[in-house]
Amino acid sequence: MIKIDNICKTFIVGTHVVKAVDHCSTHIKKGEVVVVIGPSGSGKSTLLRCINQLETIDSGQILIDDVDITHRKTNINKIRAEVGMVFQSFNLFPHKSVQENINLAQQKVRKRSKKEANEKTDYLLKKVGIEQKAHVFPSQLSGGQQQRVAIARALAMDPKIMLFDEPTSALDPEMVGEVLEVMLTLAKEGMTMAVVSHEMGFAREVADAVVMMDEGKIIEVGDPEHFFTNPDQERTKLFLSQIL
Amino acid sequence: MLSNLLKKGFWYLCLVAVLVFLGWGLTVMTDKIDYTWYWNRIPQYFFFTGEVEKFANENGTIHIQQLDDKFSQVSLEYDIGTKDTFKVRTDSLKFQDGDRVTDVDKVGALQVFSQGILIEGLITTLEISLYSSVLGIIFGLVAGLGRISKNPLIKGLATIYVELIRGTPLLVQIFIFYFFLGTVLQIDRFAAGTMALALFVGAYVAEIIRAGIQSIHPGQMEASRSLGMNYFQTMTYIILPQAFKRIMPPLAGQFISLIKDSSLVSVIAITDLTKAGREISTSTFATFEVLFTIAAMYLMLTLSLSMLVRYIERRFAVSD
Repeated sequence: MIKIDNICKTFIVGTHVVKAVDHCSTHIKKGEVVVVIGPSGSGKSTLLRCINQLETIDSGQILIDDVDITHRKTNINKIRAEVGMVFQSFNLFPHKSVQENINLAQQKVRKRSKKEANEKTDYLLKKVGIEQKAHVFPSQLSGGQQQRVAIARALAMDPKIMLFDEPTSALDPEMVGEVLEVMLTLAKEGMTMAVVSHEMGFAREVADAVVMMDEGKIIEVGDPEHFFTNPDQERTKLFLSQIL
Repeated sequence: MLSNLLKKGFWYLCLVAVLVFLGWGLTVMTDKIDYTWYWNRIPQYFFFTGEVEKFANENGTIHIQQLDDKFSQVSLEYDIGTKDTFKVRTDSLKFQDGDRVTDVDKVGALQVFSQGILIEGLITTLEISLYSSVLGIIFGLVAGLGRISKNPLIKGLATIYVELIRGTPLLVQIFIFYFFLGTVLQIDRFAAGTMALALFVGAYVAEIIRAGIQSIHPGQMEASRSLGMNYFQTMTYIILPQAFKRIMPPLAGQFISLIKDSSLVSVIAITDLTKAGREISTSTFATFEVLFTIAAMYLMLTLSLSMLVRYIERRFAVSD
């Protein structure tokens, strides 16, 4: 479903050239959940952001359902509508109510009527467990609730794949659970997901594959059990011993 | 509690005392230069009543109908079949009901209440400020978006515009617009003045809008784009509404400045409030009175605008 082939992304910070993603290749099949782990600055977020072109890659190729997303003739807005994204800092629209947050792109991109959008929004808010908060503004919600709204907002587009960029890192510990629960439900329903996260419990329960990144490179790929019991790389062992 | 109130009251009394002292200083100063104040000459330039004479436009017959003890309704039925009706003062009537009138006969007169040159100047100032504000917002929005564009052509043009306007005096810009562009493009003085002010304010608005957009967290743009909305939709629904709320105070300040800066168009003989004032000074010799009057009128405009903005800000603040 998603094929990432030898992609590179460099940032120029002052006089330094930072190779954020360095010749990475991987693929995600339909219905698979892939968890990306790695130390901070290892390029895992950048890799994720390349998948919906929030970062443009310098070289390599990304295919989503056999469509080359960096091709000049590809309509990137169409691709993005098919790829849901959930951010670490939620990025809800503060000037719009919860309902408007979820309705907006449905109406403007999917061209749904207000009524259809409302129905979808109600359904999704129920699904993420905050149906009574449709008319409040994001600032009146807790972090966990905001992140659940963000997930509902992405789901409203009926995406083929969901990208989660450290969805629980900015949350207070007691709110992590409610967000993970929504993500678990999604995974079990068969949603294709790429998740940057250090929630190894989540990985163990639903991940089909875990990808370990370090200094822009993918250094190890395997199923969760492999990572918990006997990772190949010393770097992976060291990293896991620090976070577990 | 009580002592606090007394303390505050004391300082308010001091404020009043200082103001009285300044007012007294002003009279002392004018005494020194032997200036006599003629405030009574000013009101007629706001509103005045003048006598307007009414004439017959053709040969015909007059019909008069008494309305009340002071006014009469006159209707002139001309021989060619047309008709004129108007109101006049009864004691000014030169004819009786049923009389024949001939062309250019004076029929009567009416006292009319009209606005003086100060009010006309005020209206001109308001008009020119309003038009150039609206145009200025459009210029500013385009240039502001241009300033953050990644395209070097667009960015370059926007930057040149902003720097050119902000780096030269408004007075010179107005002269260039009127004497150079006005002559070349055959535009009248009002249009030239309005365009000069609009381009001037647009350059400042552009910088305010650019700063406002850049103050919005990049995550907002990313979230919107990740949902498949294009750049234009994102700007319209996500970025600009948030930015505008933030730039409301500096934007309002800019438009208040614009009202004051509009006084400069008087140099190309547009009869705005300032020009009206200067015209009155030359005919009344009440120079100081006129200056203080138009200053107060400008103050009235700017104060009411800033009060309006404060009200809107309070209304907008609800969703945060």
